[in-house]
Amino acid sequence: MSDATVRSTKTRRGAGLGERAIELFLGACGVLSLFTTAGIIAVLAFETWAFFREVPLSAFFFDTEWTPLFADKHFGIWPLLAGTFLTSAIAIVLALPAGLLAAIYLSEFASARMRRVLKPALELLAGVPTLVYGYFALVLVTPLLQRVIPDLSGFNALSSGICIGIMIIPMISSLSEDAIYAVPNTLREGAYALGAGRLATIFRVVLPAAASGIAAALILAVSRAVGETMIVAIAAGQQPRLTLDPRVPIETMTAYIVQVSMGDTPADTLEYRTIFAVAAMLFVVTFAMNLVSHRLARRFRVAST
Amino acid sequence: MLTSTRRRLLRERLFVGLCASAVVIPLLVLALLVGHVALAGLGRIDWAFLSGYPSRRAATAGILPAMVGSLYMIAITAALALPVGVGAAIFLEEYGARSRLAAIIEVNIANLAGVPSIIYGMLGLGVFVRLMGFGRTLIAGAATMALLVLPVVIVSSREALRTVPYAMREACFGLGATKWQAIRQVVLPMAAPGILTGTILAVARAIGETAPLVVIGALAYVTFLPTSPTSQFTALPMQILNWVSRPQEAFVVNAAAGIVVLLITMLVLNLAAILLRNRLQKRVY
Repeated sequence: MSDATVRSTKTRRGAGLGERAIELFLGACGVLSLFTTAGIIAVLAFETWAFFREVPLSAFFFDTEWTPLFADKHFGIWPLLAGTFLTSAIAIVLALPAGLLAAIYLSEFASARMRRVLKPALELLAGVPTLVYGYFALVLVTPLLQRVIPDLSGFNALSSGICIGIMIIPMISSLSEDAIYAVPNTLREGAYALGAGRLATIFRVVLPAAASGIAAALILAVSRAVGETMIVAIAAGQQPRLTLDPRVPIETMTAYIVQVSMGDTPADTLEYRTIFAVAAMLFVVTFAMNLVSHRLARRFRVAST
Repeated sequence: MLTSTRRRLLRERLFVGLCASAVVIPLLVLALLVGHVALAGLGRIDWAFLSGYPSRRAATAGILPAMVGSLYMIAITAALALPVGVGAAIFLEEYGARSRLAAIIEVNIANLAGVPSIIYGMLGLGVFVRLMGFGRTLIAGAATMALLVLPVVIVSSREALRTVPYAMREACFGLGATKWQAIRQVVLPMAAPGILTGTILAVARAIGETAPLVVIGALAYVTFLPTSPTSQFTALPMQILNWVSRPQEAFVVNAAAGIVVLLITMLVLNLAAILLRNRLQKRVY
């Protein structure tokens, strides 16, 4: 064997090793995302475990009062869940019809050029920082609503819910529009051939065909509304109460975490651990919804191809 | 017969109008929101506001430490998220295509993108602030933000990589290039505009994120500029939150002015992303 061949095999083997190292490094970058999920679960589980060693599960799930920062401590999660449910429900009641109608317009009625302009324009709504929506809810929406509803409190679930709703309209409209747009034109043509009008075609043929994609969009939007923090922290109040009255101050799970974080609760106390227990609850709820949404979206993708 | 057809057409037209208003009304609300904030805040913005430090008196308070803190933070965020995000994207697109690991990572990234930002704050608090002992510093905030934007960076980088035709890779292999040589010298440069645009857009969003900073405990009242990654810091959203939570009208005006500065910063970053993409695209093709 000549010197040259030896050298070339050597460099080639060296290159192979380098290639391998690079692949390992890139793989590590990918695996970091798994560590992120694991880290979230570990941090929440660790502190929540410490919390439940002092507070029995029954006090968390069956008490109806949440007063961990007071002298008379109660740890019932329901008032916070009710607050979160209320603001999210208001948001969805507003955003689902608006988002769906907008999606129908963009997909079925707008010209291709209008669609190219309007869709990103609508998505700007989701790009505005939620802090700004919080300001909007507190400074503009609440005073406006107070003219119509005189006994509306300065902090309330209604204006926060409305602002969350505005924020998630583009989530619903964009994802639903993708699903509606993906419905094959042959289905529409088939409906027209059978004598169906445009409305009947949309409501009886197109929307049912896009249903799983729309459902995925809806669940993702609910999950976003549940996890929304700054709007409710600024405009919904800090009074956990078990109510469905949208006019009074309430507190959501996220707003409670903000309240404790901004206060001066010392670390490693029971009061401090409450935020991890609440965050664990929030994580479980949103994670479950994201999983379901992902499944539905995949089914819709399989069905449409 | 004729009237029923006419009625149907009328119904259809009403429905189209309803659908159109579902697009137009939210856009009007957006215009109202921006107009209202600008009206309230623009008058407050002057050089003293931009170069001033926080103060007990609303009229003399400024946003310099918050501005510098925010810019410093997103610079570190980008420096952390870009290499890792692009690395993960290359792995998923070019190496892992059909492996089981890649499939798991993919589902995981989709789920991470839906985790509320406040939960990332809890992660940052548990891992960076306490476990790793960074404390409530810039680096802890930036690392938390990097994890938050990572799914977006990965997804947009993958899309950019996917736009490079497979024939380009085959041409490289045909010339005897190894896989990494092909990626490093041909695929990455071609995908760079898309990758950079996606990263800048993700980071521009991070500059408005408030919840994670609140949770990791970024300060609200800071009278010094951060000097190193291990400095304590405040950021624009924290300063705005501090002002908006006060009852006095003068501070709410400050908040509006802060929001205007925040929105303009985000707008500039978005424009930069678009310009950068247009320039680089011309150079490559």
